Amino acid sequence: MWRDAWLVAGRDLRIEARSRVALWQVLPFAILVLFLFAFSFGPQRSQLANSAPGLFWLALLFSTVLFAQRSRALEGSPATRESTRLLGLDPAGVFLGKMMALSVELVLLEILLILGVIFLFHVVVVSWLILVSSCLLAALGLSAVSVLYGALSGESRMRATLLPVLMLPIAAPVLIAGVRSFQAALEHGAGLGGRWVGVLAVFSVVYSALGIGLYGALEEN
Amino acid sequence: MAPAIHLRSAVVVVGRFPVLAGVDLDLDEGSVSAVLGANGAGKTSLLRLLAGLVPVEGGQATILGHDLGTERQALRHHVGLLGHDAGMYEELFPKENLVFALRAARLDPTRAEPALERVGIQGRLARTPMGQLSAGQQRRVGLALLLARRPQVWLLDEPHAALDSEARTLLGELVEEAAVGGAIVVATSHEPNLVLPMADRVITMAGGVVIDNQPGLRKPPGASHVA
Amino acid sequence: MRQRLNKALGPVAFVLVLLTVWLGLFVTPPDVDQGELVRLVYIHPALAWVALYVAFGMAALCSVLYLWPRTRSMVFDYLAAAAVEVGVVFTILTLITGSIWGRPTWGVWWTWDARLTSTALLGVLFLGYLALRRVPADPHVRARRCAVAALFAAVDVPIVHFSVLWWQTLHQGATVLNSNLTPTIHGSMAWTLLLSFVAFTLVFVWMVIARYRIEVIRVAGQDVALEAAIASRRAEGVPS
Repeated sequence: MWRDAWLVAGRDLRIEARSRVALWQVLPFAILVLFLFAFSFGPQRSQLANSAPGLFWLALLFSTVLFAQRSRALEGSPATRESTRLLGLDPAGVFLGKMMALSVELVLLEILLILGVIFLFHVVVVSWLILVSSCLLAALGLSAVSVLYGALSGESRMRATLLPVLMLPIAAPVLIAGVRSFQAALEHGAGLGGRWVGVLAVFSVVYSALGIGLYGALEEN
Repeated sequence: MAPAIHLRSAVVVVGRFPVLAGVDLDLDEGSVSAVLGANGAGKTSLLRLLAGLVPVEGGQATILGHDLGTERQALRHHVGLLGHDAGMYEELFPKENLVFALRAARLDPTRAEPALERVGIQGRLARTPMGQLSAGQQRRVGLALLLARRPQVWLLDEPHAALDSEARTLLGELVEEAAVGGAIVVATSHEPNLVLPMADRVITMAGGVVIDNQPGLRKPPGASHVA
Repeated sequence: MRQRLNKALGPVAFVLVLLTVWLGLFVTPPDVDQGELVRLVYIHPALAWVALYVAFGMAALCSVLYLWPRTRSMVFDYLAAAAVEVGVVFTILTLITGSIWGRPTWGVWWTWDARLTSTALLGVLFLGYLALRRVPADPHVRARRCAVAALFAAVDVPIVHFSVLWWQTLHQGATVLNSNLTPTIHGSMAWTLLLSFVAFTLVFVWMVIARYRIEVIRVAGQDVALEAAIASRRAEGVPS
């Protein structure tokens, strides 16, 4: 399983490194979302700093939908998917590999977004531990959900419109827990942050486990 | 001995349409078959069935001892399919594609280089993303993958299309080598004069069934001792 | 016997609903605090019970049964789909009746309390399921995808529930079964409340069975068509 996972992760990251879709389309979109939020809230410093956690997580969530699309598109034409199926990869390994590749991309995006909210919204981080752990766990959970829903929406040409309506409600707990743990990490100190990091951990573990168990059932026909 | 490929009244349904409406076919190891027929006769569907890519809705289908009703996954490992689209990742180089496929199939990745050289993909071409190669070059890379994987069943969907005359000769050689090595080769075509010389069996399809099954021009080398 | 039961189910459910309406509107007394508003208690909790527990519980159970190789059968796919379809209707009714109740009691149509918010999210999750069902695909592929999607959604429900619960709460606690298990409302009100649960559950069962039978008839029609399709497909090969 792990052997196939590394192989698939390597494939996805190599294709991404060469096509640069994430770099030229998804990252600028995420930053753009931050700007648009600032425009909609007005330039008052205090208001922007207060809403920074929410803006960070919304920007992340919207970009994740694009990443989910992209992660599926990487697998190429139906013919490419078919010839890959003939190779006999372990579905659990394929799931883990795609999840790992996507997690790497999401962590990079999170770093960029954190820098974004620090520079644009003037937030001060009190607890880096909570901030970093919630970001890492969210990256795992969101990538698991993205890979699963990418596979769920299949070959369908409706994928672009179907993915957000399927994924975003599932990811709602990530938004709630992420925002609360960020609030803990930013102003109030550690406080209740631990509980919210726990929610993120449960979410990632549950969906990774479901993916390992059910990805095969989704990819088969 | 039971034939390596055995189909009896095999039905395949795509959506609600029976693309294969009860196919009967027996093929032995070391045989090369040409499948002829008009557009929509079911040639490509037959190949997809033989590859274990589509479920069998009715009838029997056994390939290399694997029942297609229950063991499609186990079969796939032994099958190579070269379709109209070579099925490669467009962003990756030919060699990267082959190495990925060989690793995934748990085969030796060093087989990639010689196979690519054999089909004439080397130098600059080997370091060009697949998407930028011409249709014929992509198909050569697909052939190289078959060569490197050495599957027991070769399924070729109109293999001559897009190939130049040099590559067509090469294709003939590769198919002959594979068959002599015991592989089962099934090739569809619209051009009988191209496939007939390489085939020992000519199968004609229409309306999702086999309507004719004649010997071809190729002499199966193992014919004397198999019989 | 089974058919008779089936036939009787609709009228029985209808009569029970009428009975609930009559008891709820004319027989039971108004509440000390809430006045006439309390009569919503004979609709809203029963709708919520059907939507949140019966419908989506059944959808999740049927999806698991479909995914489990030993019990895999299209029956469970159809049942899950029927349960979600009817469940979404009940969810919407739950939200509407809750909103009507909330306006006079809380002074707002909508409040971000835990149960309200998770119910709405659950509704959206299962609307997504219905959207996925409408994506054209091979019936078995679709069945598997939808079963997996239902399972993902069902697993999300407790996570959503606890996040939203910790996020904010100002709803009243469950009324009928509180901690010491003694009903806090008495007499005709309790009986009417209980009746409403039975009545709406029967309505749900009746609707699901109807929806399931429509699906079976539809598919049976297509199977007949398949035989004919094979014959006409073979005929394509015969030179005319």
